[in-house]
Amino acid sequence: MSKNEKPKFAMYWADSCGGCDIAVLNIHEKILDVDANFEVVFWPVAMDAKYKDVEAMPDESILLTLFNGAIHSTEHEHIAHLMRKKSKILVAFGSCACEGCMPALINLSSKKDFFDTVFTTISTDNPENIRPQTSVKVPEGVITLPEMYSVVRTLDQVVPVDYYMPGCPPESHQIAAVIDLVIQVLQGKAELPPPGAVIGAGNSTVCDECPRKRDIKKIKKFDRIQFIEPDPEICLLEQGILCSGLATRNGCEAKCPSAGSPCIGCYGPAEGVLDYGARLMSAVASVIDSTDPAEINQILDGIPDPAGQIYRFNMAGSLLQAGKTAWNRK
Amino acid sequence: MSEKIGVYVCHCGTNIAGIVNVEEVTQWAGSRLKERGVVIARDYKFMCSSLGQELIEKDIKELGLTRVVVAACSPHLHERTFRTACERAGLNPYLSELVSIREQVSWVHTDKIAATAKAKAVLSGGVERVIHNEPLEPLKVPIHPDSLVVGGGIAGIQAALELADGGNHVYLVEREPSIGGHMAQFDKTFPTLDCSACILTPRMVQAGNHPNITLLTWSEVTKVDGYVGNFEVVIKKKARYVNTELCTGCGICVEKCPMKVVDDVFEAGMAKRKVIYTPFPQAVPNFPVLDAPNCTFFQKGTCKACEKFCPTNAIDFNQKDEDITVKVGNIVLATGYDLFNPRRIPQYGYGRLENIITSLEFERLCNASGPTGGNIVLKDGVTPPKTVGIVHCVGSRDQNYNGYCSAICCMQSIKFAHLVHERTGAEIYNFYIDIRTPGKSYEEFYQRVLDEGTHFVRGKVAEVTDVARSPEEEGKLIIQVEDTLIGKQRRIPVDMVILSAGLEPRYDAKETGKLFGIACSADGWYIERHPKLDPIATMTEGVYIAGCVQGPKDIPATVAQGAAAAARIQGKIQQGEITLEPIRASINEDQCSGCRICNDLCPFSAILFHEDRAVSEVNAALCQGCGTCVAACPAGAISGTGFSNEQVLAQIEGLLLLNIEKIESNKVPA
Amino acid sequence: MNNNETFEPVIIGFTCNWCSYRAADTAGTARVKYAPNIRLIRLMCSGRLDPTFVLKALANGADAVLITGCHPGDCHYVEQNYKALRRFHLLKRVLTQMGIEPGRLKLVWASAAEGAILAAEFDKFINEVRALGPLNWPLQKQKTFSTPALEEVAA
Repeated sequence: MSKNEKPKFAMYWADSCGGCDIAVLNIHEKILDVDANFEVVFWPVAMDAKYKDVEAMPDESILLTLFNGAIHSTEHEHIAHLMRKKSKILVAFGSCACEGCMPALINLSSKKDFFDTVFTTISTDNPENIRPQTSVKVPEGVITLPEMYSVVRTLDQVVPVDYYMPGCPPESHQIAAVIDLVIQVLQGKAELPPPGAVIGAGNSTVCDECPRKRDIKKIKKFDRIQFIEPDPEICLLEQGILCSGLATRNGCEAKCPSAGSPCIGCYGPAEGVLDYGARLMSAVASVIDSTDPAEINQILDGIPDPAGQIYRFNMAGSLLQAGKTAWNRK
Repeated sequence: MSEKIGVYVCHCGTNIAGIVNVEEVTQWAGSRLKERGVVIARDYKFMCSSLGQELIEKDIKELGLTRVVVAACSPHLHERTFRTACERAGLNPYLSELVSIREQVSWVHTDKIAATAKAKAVLSGGVERVIHNEPLEPLKVPIHPDSLVVGGGIAGIQAALELADGGNHVYLVEREPSIGGHMAQFDKTFPTLDCSACILTPRMVQAGNHPNITLLTWSEVTKVDGYVGNFEVVIKKKARYVNTELCTGCGICVEKCPMKVVDDVFEAGMAKRKVIYTPFPQAVPNFPVLDAPNCTFFQKGTCKACEKFCPTNAIDFNQKDEDITVKVGNIVLATGYDLFNPRRIPQYGYGRLENIITSLEFERLCNASGPTGGNIVLKDGVTPPKTVGIVHCVGSRDQNYNGYCSAICCMQSIKFAHLVHERTGAEIYNFYIDIRTPGKSYEEFYQRVLDEGTHFVRGKVAEVTDVARSPEEEGKLIIQVEDTLIGKQRRIPVDMVILSAGLEPRYDAKETGKLFGIACSADGWYIERHPKLDPIATMTEGVYIAGCVQGPKDIPATVAQGAAAAARIQGKIQQGEITLEPIRASINEDQCSGCRICNDLCPFSAILFHEDRAVSEVNAALCQGCGTCVAACPAGAISGTGFSNEQVLAQIEGLLLLNIEKIESNKVPA
Repeated sequence: MNNNETFEPVIIGFTCNWCSYRAADTAGTARVKYAPNIRLIRLMCSGRLDPTFVLKALANGADAVLITGCHPGDCHYVEQNYKALRRFHLLKRVLTQMGIEPGRLKLVWASAAEGAILAAEFDKFINEVRALGPLNWPLQKQKTFSTPALEEVAA
């Protein structure tokens, strides 16, 4: 890299919603720092580029790639391998890449159910039941579509990852902080964190940043947020709302509980945790105020979709990763 | 992976080797587990022998082993043995693991191939686990030389006297006005027929006068903080309304008090007492107590006869309850038992029909200082009974009430038979299920009473009724029973029925237990550390139990337990400090978010919340190492030594043979 | 996996140091026999039971998990088995949604003296799981505790 050449930056979206890219753009004028310090070589949402351009780059020539989105298709996997090859630092950016996020909820269903729902339910206008094919012969030749996997995976289940930035999306002020850090590293003023670290997030859980008052927990009933008027000063869990904040990494400034909405877990597990859902399950169940199995089950009926709610953002990164119907084993 | 692991597979003679192919397991460990860090794998006939232990010690010294795994019997037998062997060789004892391939493999499976395969998996589990073991150091805490004994019955008195005679200061707390407990209520004790008060009161006096005993009667413990060696206890001294500095125990106040109420504690409801009273003549301390809820002055503002007549001006109606805080190193709980209430068995007629009394009520009847001066008479106070029925097992050995045997009722019932015979010459029937006379001279006592002519009927009494079916039953209490030895129903008319009611835990035993951090079993007795080998210690270090709190027992056993608790405490005091097993939880303050999920999960109150820093903390000395908070913490901020996440997860991987180069077939042949 | 052999389940059992582990030992001392399909882990208390352990076992080759502990009211640590009970019920619901039959997770209480009873429960559970068939959860690339992070687990 010559003195005048800026380090290269890339951002890719796999199975995602685009929110992570918007979050990066949402750092406002800080984007000028990005432009000043980096050469953006590949960022599908923001600029035009072709895969073959990336393939032509020398290995490890991209200094920093922020990869958002989960791995759901052969294309996603292919590009994940490509970006790994071409990047020095590959960051799993956002909840989808880190833990699976919303796309990974499909791991509770079979591929058939997935496709049936998308292409034949009442909100889809598809009277002839046209289904996408991975390969179609047309007069000009053969055109292909990527194959969808039945199980959504995280980025690090496909390629080795250097850093993780959790969040759905990662908070813009955290993104700005990370960009600052990288710029400082480039200027020799700071050191990179140890490989495998979670960056742009705190070292504890959301409760650490939550302004609500906390007391002993004893749950006699679970309520849904839309059915009660919670006290704005008191911990939501103590009021029977299943707030995931206690098991979710902090760094987001507890924006949701501060605004009256329970944390839904987008920042993923705390440091060193193997399975996010296990932690949330264990904590919440332990403080159910009953010793009678029948009563315990009646209280648990207040959580109508435990797997979906507890693993909302973290299914693909969990120990089981997907439900049996999704595995589709031969 | 840089650990050097030594694996030792024990034959245990043929106990293990007869079913598990120990050589195969050893060879497998040496070759297949090599990449996991196993540098040496040996098998030996008896690993627990000194030669077996020397194998380990030698390898630690010569091969520089950093971890040791022994596959042999249960850790409950020899975990300490192998830990000590490691320690001798210079390896931290907690860097060793003992996995059971005997009790849990060779002794319970018959298929040799399957057992051998399972032994390999179990061993692999141990190897994976031990890699994550940490070199733990036991925790040492200092011991305060003072002790607290709660309960002034014979168990508490014995414990307090032994501790005091040993040169240590003891607080003896009793909630009644005098020490003595139930034993003070008895007339005679079996089998010697000693007068109960005669053998008890010297001890009571000794306890009352002992320079090393601070006697706190009419007092209760209200709060216990701290941990073994360092308890801080709040004791509420209830207001006696008598200034004990001035009182001489002359008894004039009691004499002059115009109000009488039923004494349902000491006299078991058989007699009345004054409102200002000492419970019995030999009370220690001999200061009376004023029963404020029943006192005319407190209710209506008049009387004050006691104050008028007291020669030393010792009555103080303004006295208040007083809380004192004491520091002690160890606590003995000796709060005794309550009697089963026979009202719960309506067919026995207790409380409904006259002349049906409980064991404690009969003791009062027999007692020379009791309501009838020791005369065994019917309710009219005059007529002695001509026939008496004594019912064993009332509320005991009964699935409807208490399933356990109350241990003393047979001997007590036989004693009653003897006393009735001696004093009234009445015809006596004892109704029993079995005769339980296990103690010294107990069987002989039973024989003696048999010789006296008491009729022993083997049958559980079905009903005690006053409904006569024939002229000779008129005006009598009829005991309906199946005499199982002759196989016939019998109706036996008697004048008096004595119900040997069973022993039950105190009505507030559970709350008291919680105060001290100890648990009750399903029957409500306090749980001992080990039912066979450690009946006086509890799971909470520093809290001991003695006497009937641990379960029904006779006086010799009670005294032995009181002495045992004292001896245990003396040993601790002498050492000056106590070593605690290093299996504890600890909270990483940086990771703790202050969510407070853990705060209510500890039954030992070992988790505190710091409001200022908004984090929780585990008190290592109070922590018993159960690991519940470790499992519950949603942030993963609580770790537990000895059973860490890493250790258990690694053990799971090992048991499932996950890290062996090629996955072993987990399938066991049919 | 040899398809010619009849399926024999592998079950991980969690025991507590004071009651159920001792019960398993009691079964051993009394030479009560049971099938060799269950492999036991000793915890100090059933309250130590972290759902992570159950998920780990099922995800890594176990066909079923048995959780054991002291009878309610008898817990050595007073009331920690109730925490295990509550976690068990929530965990079971989640596992069912993941397609893991509820019969693959069971909770059994046993006191230290109940060796024969516990052995009978082992056999009962092993038979129930045998009827359910193998779980065959696919082994994914995961961080394991015995290998450095990001290494592949043999699949």
